[in-house]
Parts: sequence; structure tokens; C-alpha cells
Amino acid sequence: MTTALDQAASSLPEAVVPAAPAAGLRSEERRQRRLAYLQAGPLALVFLVFFVVPLALTLVVSFWEYNEYEIIPAFTLQNYADVFEGCLSGPDLCTTFRTYLSTLKFCLLGWGFTLAIGFTVAYFVAFHVRSTTMQTVLFLICTIPFWTSNVIRMIAWMPLLGRNGLINDGLTGLGLIGSPIEGLLYSDFSVVLAFVHLNTVFMIVPIFNSMMRIDRALIEAATDAGATPWQTLWSVIVPLSKPGIAIGSIFVLTLIMGDFVTVGVMGGQQIASVGKVIQVQMAYLQFPAAAANAVVLLGAVLLVIVALTRLIDLRREL
Amino acid sequence: MSDATKTRGLTRRGLIQGAGAAAGLAAGSGAITGFPAIHAADPVTLRYLGTAVNQSGEIARKVKEDLGITIEYIPVVTDEVSKRVVTQPNSFDIVDTEYFSLKKLMPSGNLLGMDAKRIKNADRITPVFTKGEVAGKKIGDQGTAPKKVFYLEGQTSTKFAGSPTEWITLIPTTYNADTLGIRPDLIKRPITSWKELLNPEFKGRASILNIPSIGIMDAAMVVEATGDYTYPDKGNMTKAEIDRTMKVLIEAKRAGQFRAFWQDFNESVNLMASGETVIQSMWSPAVTKVRSQGIACTYQPLKEGYRAWATGFGLPKTLSGRKLDAAYEFINWFLSGWAGAYLNRQGYYSAVLETAREHMAPYEWAYWMEGKPAEQDIKGPDGTVMEKAGSVRDGGSFEQRMGAVACWNSVMDENTYMIRKWNEFIAA
Repeated sequence: MTTALDQAASSLPEAVVPAAPAAGLRSEERRQRRLAYLQAGPLALVFLVFFVVPLALTLVVSFWEYNEYEIIPAFTLQNYADVFEGCLSGPDLCTTFRTYLSTLKFCLLGWGFTLAIGFTVAYFVAFHVRSTTMQTVLFLICTIPFWTSNVIRMIAWMPLLGRNGLINDGLTGLGLIGSPIEGLLYSDFSVVLAFVHLNTVFMIVPIFNSMMRIDRALIEAATDAGATPWQTLWSVIVPLSKPGIAIGSIFVLTLIMGDFVTVGVMGGQQIASVGKVIQVQMAYLQFPAAAANAVVLLGAVLLVIVALTRLIDLRREL
Repeated sequence: MSDATKTRGLTRRGLIQGAGAAAGLAAGSGAITGFPAIHAADPVTLRYLGTAVNQSGEIARKVKEDLGITIEYIPVVTDEVSKRVVTQPNSFDIVDTEYFSLKKLMPSGNLLGMDAKRIKNADRITPVFTKGEVAGKKIGDQGTAPKKVFYLEGQTSTKFAGSPTEWITLIPTTYNADTLGIRPDLIKRPITSWKELLNPEFKGRASILNIPSIGIMDAAMVVEATGDYTYPDKGNMTKAEIDRTMKVLIEAKRAGQFRAFWQDFNESVNLMASGETVIQSMWSPAVTKVRSQGIACTYQPLKEGYRAWATGFGLPKTLSGRKLDAAYEFINWFLSGWAGAYLNRQGYYSAVLETAREHMAPYEWAYWMEGKPAEQDIKGPDGTVMEKAGSVRDGGSFEQRMGAVACWNSVMDENTYMIRKWNEFIAA
């Protein structure tokens, strides 16, 4: 680790030199550029120490051997082979693919619902609420659930959804159902419900932000040009809200992909998630195996984000 | 053991016996006077790493009162205890950990063999640990039975000794025999065998715990109960045996047998109390907690026997000087009765039964340890009524319960493979 840090530290000032075009710059410009790098330095250092180095360590450890009580610095691909054990043979899907498919399913469902709800809420607050005070108030109301921890927000569903919970008792009491609906709790349904409940706000905030930047004159222009409200929504507002949608989507997708608490609590521990696999391995001191899984997960999340940025050029839109 | 260590041990023993006796006297007398003066002058703090189960404020308060030692609890989950011992041995002064973890803890070299000569009641520790016996009768020793890992070859050795030595790995704090918890009011018929856990009659209303090394043993108890297969050692399966056991679990899961899996104490209580499950693997205090909510719940003894576990105090190798003395003093106090009685009253068992008995009322002893009907209301440590007068402890007496132990929580040689298979089961 020391060497990695040293190298990084020594490469920092060097990076300044090649970054600056060699010729044609006046000394004043060069000085300002150096100043800019200096100003970015602290953040770069924080990133280096708390992000790059741990990530590099994870990557390195994922290639190490291990036993019950120690990790052995010897190169092996076994951890990755274990992750993908049985994936190329056999009629059944292997554990890893099955787990990722399940995670992907929750990602899509969670993303779809949070987007639909988040967009609607943001649209209402941004365009239908006229007074700024009211907008602020409503916007703050959206954040109220964050005053309690997300585990509590999850557990709060249980008395509602359980076999003898409020909903089942209510429906049976009204004579609408004969026996309790089992699938309300500890099922895909409850997991998606919790994801939507927990993550919609991450969709609302960036979309709302994008919508507030839309020039109202554009909407007037669309109406003047004879566009129906739906056409305005689809051809003007949605395209202009794209950056917000993209940022919200990245939030929601990465949160769901790495989640294991919600899936565990709401799925009754019966539904696999990548995070849970990693947690179990960490608990049994199988750090290299967990690191290998983490690297694969990181790769999967990066792929999703690359795909998203292909759809929208975030930097340009911002 | 070499001659050199023996001599070293002997000389030190002479020196320490006096100190130990003094400490024992102070602890035993229970009077305000008689503390070793050194503690009164300069208080010691012991950082106590363990699961929250044994870390009661009452015990810490009593230790402070009797010995002047401050206990600072570091409560973490079972897995985290092992992780800390292996990776951060300097972050605690005394650890309360499971015997089954020892297989991975001792090779790390971070724990010290404890000097039996400094433990006043060492020879009174129940033979469950030292010989694997209850009332002279051998009990099940499949898995990591404490007797297999109780002694070390030397103080700094990482090898377990086959026969008693003077170096003890862990001094027992609590142990118990686990079985299935059931809701008799919802099942309405007697349950006598582990195989009922996977009986389709309880489809969607059964649960198993999502701690791989323990869950798989419960599953193995079921497999044996159905007569499918008899394991040479449930606590140390071969790959083929792991596959076989997991296949049974996966089939049951796909058929919708399980309502949920639980991972911590409260989850198990909620599942049972809310009626989501009617039969599940469970821990004794969890059953008590369900019952204290006024809901019928039985810790059902089963004919195939119990799966037992045990935890104990270990000392990190880095401990020295005053802290080391204080740690021994604390352990001696722990075995001297008050703490044992406190734990026995919660349904656990303590290491030295005779001393605990001295601190329990005869009716309490009769209920908890002898399996007799309670002569009067049985109260918990906080004074709440746990059981009404006339009730009998599930499973009966200490001899009946610990005597029927079939296997012990363990770490398998094929642990890595087992974890992978368990993850496959969860994903199935």
C-alpha cells in the first residue's frame, strides 16, 4: 500500500506537466493552470485514499488464496472460477447468473415504478403548483420519510402485509377473501414495494430539478403552436427532463443492485442478492471470494451506467 | 509438553496461586471490604468483545461493585466476533466467543491458552466441556464438541490437545441445547421428530435460520430423522454429504415449504409471534420472549436429540500486566456463582453449576435445572414473570436436555464449499 501511495503521490505533480500543452502557452496561463491543479489536489487526494486505494486492494485481494483464518498473497483465479462455477455447463442456470437475473428483475421493476411515480410527482410539483412556497413545502414533504432509518421504513410494512396483518385482516373482515393472501409479505411483491417506497425520492429530486430549469416560454410556445398537453409532455418536457431522469436512474439502479438489506428483510431472506452473497462470504472470513464477487458486481454496475450514458450525454446536458 | 514449559508454569503457578486465592476470597466474600487495594487505587477497564447475548448491564454493574473492574462491552454479531479476533486482536481485552469458531481462531495465533491454575474453579467446570459427559453418560460429540477444542498443547500452541492439559482455550460462559420452536395452538398435535420441519403439512409456515453452518446442521437432523441417510459426522460433512443435504433443502424451498429464513433473534421472535411460521429452528430465549407476549410457544424436545452450542471467554495474546490479572480476576468472578445464576435464570446453562446453585433460590434451581414444576412464579432477571407457578421447563432437567445432545455447532473442513452451496440454496 505504501508503494502504491508513493507512486500515486509522485505521479500527481508529474501529471501536471504532460497535461499542459508544451508550447504556445504564456507563463501566466501556465501558472493559472498549475493553480487549478493545486486546487483540485485535495479532492484528488481524498479520492485516491478513500476510493482508488481500497478499490485497488479489493481487486488485488480477489486474486489471492485463502483458508479459514488467513488470506494468502498468492495469485489464483480460483475465486473467479468459484463465482462462475457451473455457469458454462449444465441445464440449470448457475447461482451467479440466477442471482444477477433476480437482481436485474428488481432493478427493472424498481426503476420502472420509481420513474413513473417520481416523474409524476415531480411534474405535479413543478408545473401544477403555482406558488414557490407551496412547491418548497411539497418538496420537503417528499423527504419526510428520510427522517427515519430505512430499516424502520421497511419493517413498518410488516404489520401491514403479514399473514395476520392489517390488509389481510381487513380484507377477510370485509369478506372479500376467504383465506389470507400469502404473497403480500416475503415475496417479490413486498421487495419491489419496499424498493419503490425507499427509492422514489431519488428519482423525484433530480427530475424536479431538471423540470424547474425548463424555460416556461417553451411550453407556452408549444401550446401556441397547437400541441396537445400530451404532445407537450412527450416532445418538450420529457426530452428536457432527460438529465434528471438519467441521474435518478443511476441512483436507483445502483442502490438496488448493491442492496441486500431490503431483499433480505422484505424477501424473508429467501431471495438471493449479490450483496447478500458477499455479506455471507465476509462473515465467514472468505475475503478473497467476497472481493471477487464485489469486482464482478462492480463490473455489472459499470456496464449499466455505461449503457445509460450512451443514451444520454450527461455532461453535455448538465 | 516440554520440560522447560513445565518448570516455567510451576514457578509461576506458585507465585500466582496466592494472588488467585486473594482474588477468589474477595469475590467469594462479597463484602465491600477485601478488594485488592490496587484496583481501588487505579481502576482497570476490560473491553469485552462478544455477542449481545451475554453482555448484560447487570453483570457489568455487579462486577464493578464486587471487583472495581469496569466492563466495557463491544457488542457485535457472532461472525463479527471471529473477524475481530483474527483481524484486530488489539481491539479487545477479553472475548466471549463460540467454541466452534476456535478452529479458525486458534490457528491465527491471536488467542492465548488460559492457565488453568489461575482459574479457581477450573476443576469444577461441568464435564460437558472437559469430558463430553453429563451425569457420567457420554453425550453426542458430532461437530465441534467443546471437549475436542477445550485444551491446548501449550500456552502459545495453536494445536488442540487430545487429553487434558493446563492450558484452556475458552472458559465456558453459557451453553445450551437447541431444538425446534413450535406453536402448539396452531399445530394442534404432538411434534416429536425433526422431520416435521420439512413436513408438507406445514407448507409455507416453516422457517430455518439463515446462518449456513447452523442451518445445514438443522437440515441434517431432518435428513437423519426421515431415515434417508445417517451421517458419520453431521458437523463435518463431505462434499457429497453437503450436496445431499442441500438437495433436500432446495427441493423443500422450491415446494414453498419455508415462509422466510431468519438471521437474528428478533426476526425469529416476530415470525413466530405473528403466526407467519408455526415450526422453525429457534433459540431458547426467543421462545421465552414469544411466550412473554402471551403467545403459546413450545421449545419442543425431539426424539433425535438437540443441537448444542457453547461460548466461552478467551484472552488475546497481547494482554499483559494488570489487564491480564484483571481478566483472570473477572473470569474467576464469573465462575463464582452470581453470573452463573443470572444466566441460568434466562434458560442458559452456566459453567460451574454448584456455585450458581448457591446463588439461586431452591425453587428456581428445581425449575430451571431439575425440570420440576415451578413452586412459585418464575421471574426473569428484570423481575417480570416468565413462567407461572406449576409450569415445567420444556425438555425437562439439565440431565435430560444436555444429556440428549446429538451434535454441536461446528465449522466444517469443507466450509468454503458449504457456503457456496448455501448461497446456491438461497438463490434456488
